[in-house]
Amino acid sequence: MADMKGTQLIHEYLRHNKKFPHVFCAGCGHGIVLGSLIRSIHGLGLSKDEVCVVAGIGCSGRLAAYVDFNTVHTTHGRALTFATGIKMAKPNMHVIVVMGDGDSMAIGGNHLIHAARRNIGVTALILNNNIYGMTGGQCSPTTPSGAFTMTSPMGQMEQSFDCVELMTAAKANYVARGSVFHVKKLDKMIMEGISNPGFGVVEIMTPCHTQYGRKNKFKTPVDMFKNIKDTVISIERYNQLSEEEQASRIPSGVFVQKDTPSLEEKFYQMAASCQGGA
Amino acid sequence: MARPRKKKNTEIFALGNEAVVEGALLAGCTFYAGYPITPSSEIMEIMAQRLPLIPNGSFIQMEDEIGGLGAVIGGSLAGRKAMTATSGPGFSLMQEHIGYGCITETPLVIVNVMRGGPSTGLPTSPAQADVQQARWGTHGDHSIIVLSASNVQECLDNTIEAFNLAEKYRTPVILLIDEITAHTREKIIIPNEDEFEVFNRIVPTMPPEWYKPYEETVRGVPPMPAIGSGYRFHVTGLTHDTNGFPTSRPDEVRELNERLFRKIDQFLHDVQIVDEIDTDDVDVAVIAYGTVARSAELAVKQARELGVKAGLLKLSTLFPYPRKATEKIMAKAKTIIVPEMNMGQISREVKRVNNGQVSVRTINKVDGQIITPAEILKVITRV
Ligand SMILES: Cc1ncc(C[n+]2csc(CCOP(=O)(O)OP(=O)(O)O)c2C)c(N)n1
Ligand code: SF4
Repeated sequence: MADMKGTQLIHEYLRHNKKFPHVFCAGCGHGIVLGSLIRSIHGLGLSKDEVCVVAGIGCSGRLAAYVDFNTVHTTHGRALTFATGIKMAKPNMHVIVVMGDGDSMAIGGNHLIHAARRNIGVTALILNNNIYGMTGGQCSPTTPSGAFTMTSPMGQMEQSFDCVELMTAAKANYVARGSVFHVKKLDKMIMEGISNPGFGVVEIMTPCHTQYGRKNKFKTPVDMFKNIKDTVISIERYNQLSEEEQASRIPSGVFVQKDTPSLEEKFYQMAASCQGGA
Repeated sequence: MARPRKKKNTEIFALGNEAVVEGALLAGCTFYAGYPITPSSEIMEIMAQRLPLIPNGSFIQMEDEIGGLGAVIGGSLAGRKAMTATSGPGFSLMQEHIGYGCITETPLVIVNVMRGGPSTGLPTSPAQADVQQARWGTHGDHSIIVLSASNVQECLDNTIEAFNLAEKYRTPVILLIDEITAHTREKIIIPNEDEFEVFNRIVPTMPPEWYKPYEETVRGVPPMPAIGSGYRFHVTGLTHDTNGFPTSRPDEVRELNERLFRKIDQFLHDVQIVDEIDTDDVDVAVIAYGTVARSAELAVKQARELGVKAGLLKLSTLFPYPRKATEKIMAKAKTIIVPEMNMGQISREVKRVNNGQVSVRTINKVDGQIITPAEILKVITRV
């Protein structure tokens, strides 16, 4: 397997005879994330049996069904709670959670901050397309102020969450932001997230031209990718910009990298000493 | 030659909630996740102390009951016997995940120590107000197993039973207790290992390539491997085919939905647990469950002393509703009395079975107080 490249490698991990064609729109970024996830797992040399992919509900949630790992498609917003149970029960598994921005930060916001606070050793990939894709384009907690959606027809009036700030404040062990335009960097972030002992979160800026683009002057996938290319810039570049210039940009890179032991590691150490072991 | 002496049973003085923990551990529970709520909190607190002491035990306090049951499902999918405990408001929050447990066929146990309601209601008073919620609280059509316990010993015994049924039928099992039993302290017997059965879920033995996670079997219950054991398959709350992948093909949809009912309903004799007390010759029969069944037992004894042929059908299983046992007693008795600490949640079932044949009287009390033996006796002697 080691010398496989590109699509050949990806095919090795897909449930090709069972689950295709897939449900994603042509030009959706979710497929690119799937590719990145596969390359990262392969790059880390993990076996299929030691990986569990847990997904929430949304277009992003469908991703789990396509890959040949242990996969669990859960309820809307609660993927992290299932993942927490799996990780507590099987601390040696690599549990990777895939969520949308609505899934993770609206209905699942409470679980997200608590998963970060308790530092459970799972990796969360947040596929942020600034919109509710699957339900037809309603605004999400990350829809930018002023953006048009089905439920903000006059422009979004609420403020939006900054996932990186939220996760940093909630004490996640590893916090990064990447995009589907910068896949090499994204692969690296996902690998680092998985390798981190505690809660790792990678926010991934990804396009939904069907629901977001259509209403906000980015009708085609190409328009959306160009927009991601122009707005998602490295932290270093971002820091050199004036405040005014920063307002229309999104910094990307690794924001937090700690090696605090995970909750399950601490739990099993405590249990071992209670049972008279180490 | 001295005969090998049977190991003596251990007797302890325990709360109902403590007995639930003892039962769970005897049944092989190694995973607890939940969120505290009166009057169920002792179950969680004792689990927090006990689980780290047993090999492979794990405990986690989640941020709410939705998370609690989500983690329990995760733990069970990963191969553990898992449970949570709650009370009314928390039980309401769990409903979506109960449905998820049903359709994904995940064994788990939920103990609901019922409080009066609606809403936050009466946190420290007894009620039996969540009976129909346990049956129909989650959306969608599905079968479910609901048990109850009427004393502290039954808290232990029926918790073991709940785990066994959950594992045997790959399904969530709900145990309803009321606050009085949960907080009553009495002497109970902890059985020796050879005195009760422990059922473990059937795991697949075929090569992983052959395994179909939701395929029909003789019992209707597919074998269930743990996540990470080499059988890689997809679990989803969407209606799925025998491979576990979403489908909307009418034949596959029907097959799954019907099997989910069938796998439980074809074994009613196994899942419907009832006790009959003084029912050989009976004119007036009481049908009761939970703490109220205790009052009813005394009332029936006192009625017999007064020359009334009274008897009790005590329900340990509330759902699937024990229809046969009810019909049997209706064939003998002229009057059925159903006392409940709610406005008539099991008497609905009794009336449904009865279909107008005998007279069904209800005693309903929703003031946060128990129904006393005297109150039941009064109705028995009046009919
Ligand atoms: C409890 C519940 N509420 C609402 C829904 C409907 N629903 C399905 S997907 C979704 C939004 C998904 O948006 P997001 O998480 O951003 O993912 P995307 O589809 O954009 O990838 C909603 C609201 C649901 N399935 N469950
Ligand atoms: S609706 Fe948007 S998020 Fe969903 S598949 Fe289409 S492009 Fe992707």
